[in-house]
Amino acid sequence: MQDVFAASISIAFHGVALAMVLYLVSVGLSITMGLMGFVNLAHGAFAAAGGYVALTLMNDLGVPFPLSLAIAAFSVGAASMVLERLLYSRLYGEHELSQVMFTIGLILVTTGGAKAIWGPLSLPMHPPSYLRGDVDLWFRSFPTYRSFIIAAGVVLVTALWLGLERTRFGAQVRAAVDNRRMAQSIGINTSRLFTLTFALGSALAALGGAIGSEIWAIDTSYAQEHLVYFLIVVAVGGLGSIRGPFFASLLLGVSDTAFKYLLPEFGAFFIYALTLVLLLWRPQGLFGRA
Amino acid sequence: MTATAGAEQAIGRLAGRHRLRPLEALPWVIAIAAYFLFPDYLPLGAQVLIMVLFALSLDLILGYGGIITLGQAAFFGVGGYTAGLLGAHGWSEPITGLLAAGAVAGAFGVVTGLIVLRTEKLTLLMLTLMVNVMLYEAANKASTITGGSDGLQGVVISPVLGLFRFDIFGRTAYLYALAVLFLAWLLVRRIVHSPFGRSLTGIRENVARMHAIGSPVLLRRLTAYTIAAALSGVAGALLTQATQFVGQESLSVDRSGGVLIVLILGGFGRLYGAFVGAPLYMIAQDRLSALDPSYWPLAIGALLIAVVMLARGGVLGICDTLIAWLRRRGRP
Repeated sequence: MQDVFAASISIAFHGVALAMVLYLVSVGLSITMGLMGFVNLAHGAFAAAGGYVALTLMNDLGVPFPLSLAIAAFSVGAASMVLERLLYSRLYGEHELSQVMFTIGLILVTTGGAKAIWGPLSLPMHPPSYLRGDVDLWFRSFPTYRSFIIAAGVVLVTALWLGLERTRFGAQVRAAVDNRRMAQSIGINTSRLFTLTFALGSALAALGGAIGSEIWAIDTSYAQEHLVYFLIVVAVGGLGSIRGPFFASLLLGVSDTAFKYLLPEFGAFFIYALTLVLLLWRPQGLFGRA
Repeated sequence: MTATAGAEQAIGRLAGRHRLRPLEALPWVIAIAAYFLFPDYLPLGAQVLIMVLFALSLDLILGYGGIITLGQAAFFGVGGYTAGLLGAHGWSEPITGLLAAGAVAGAFGVVTGLIVLRTEKLTLLMLTLMVNVMLYEAANKASTITGGSDGLQGVVISPVLGLFRFDIFGRTAYLYALAVLFLAWLLVRRIVHSPFGRSLTGIRENVARMHAIGSPVLLRRLTAYTIAAALSGVAGALLTQATQFVGQESLSVDRSGGVLIVLILGGFGRLYGAFVGAPLYMIAQDRLSALDPSYWPLAIGALLIAVVMLARGGVLGICDTLIAWLRRRGRP
């Protein structure tokens, strides 16, 4: 009985940590897909880029951890703005096939580029000394860094949700997701809104990739390897939703951890089967509107 | 020109769509010439031909049916493993092995098609992807049957027609793949020019209208999906028989993406995109990977982005544009 309880706590803890990473990376994808209707398979590349930038700053240049994260988020956000203006924006409203093929091309280019710059091996993640070891709660101890992931996730998610609920910019985004034409005709500059939202989503993905590099190592195949999980979060959560992907991330993070712990042989298989059934039952996702 | 003459001309053009043009012999002339000109590259050549067949099957559902799939390798792998398992368990006759692989992959196509084709857009994309990754995981876990990540060992394939042994130079494999590809091409060509093929294109262009005129949309799509699955299975079986091995890689999502790239580079929905894209992709991969592991993804990714941004029709689309431009120049 004691064991079952301890195992459940472990699964819940590590599952929630994974869910935070999943959500931070995927929420931008959900907004871009919902707002622009753009099938962006290359979204994971922004997370990988964030990881590469942050880990290179920390490992090679000795930049402190928080500053590395900030620089990673800012630089990836800025770079994604350029990409959005130059390339992505040309394919808005185009056939999905073009978007799919363009973003597959982008995955390949970033994969090759990362291989050329950083080599084929994954980058090591050494958390700063104050985030190593374990934290003692009253009944048991938890790894400090994973606890930090959860805490950072909660802070960022709260900030994001409050930002979208309470600010003018957030209201504009919600209006544009609901009805783009109407938003445009009441004077919202949707094209500028798209660029900013895209940059925000990419910056969050970069943070997720960098913070989560202790769970999902940063290597050249990152964008490709985890693409299925990001897509599951978005498809199950519901396109354009901000909260849907959060619950989908929790569901996926905890069940992935549980399956790997209890049924290591069949973990991924069940996740995929579950997704298939879920999407057949609700093609618009758990929280999407029909 | 009178109105009736114009109408007659249009009718003539429509009726003559399926007639063979001299230019259509070109791929076959090149393929046979390559057999004699590059005897050292026949194993690669056989792989190119197999990729052409795979991309041709994708063209049927993507180019003509308008169904975007991220999971076509599922059928390629099912065919490959069917042929491999037959060969490893004593059924070494290649042609029946090929037919069996096509049948099993086709059956798998009917079952999965019935599920995934009820959806559209992102959901359809996700479901084809899910079928592919599920199958990959299943093949990985069922290692007692499939050999898991080591691949299936001990595949034995008898000589084709009892006469032509699969040799290490790839001569038999090349000609065998070429013959199968030719038959498949005849079939696909017949299909796309048939009334069935026309209605498939109609569904791609405007689903609502096809529903309105009473076309059985789901059945048409399912039929095309099944035929494409069977042909992909035959392509997978060809690869198994040519290499006497089948690995998990034949089922990977990378392969599903690869065949999409081949078709987009060549030009989709025009029957010959596969014939242009596959050699381009496979030969570039072979050459560039030998130089540096990072060159290949960089080059193919950049090429793909350029094609999507500048030349939707792929290489064949560029050819069309050039020919049209030359004609305009020639006639001031």
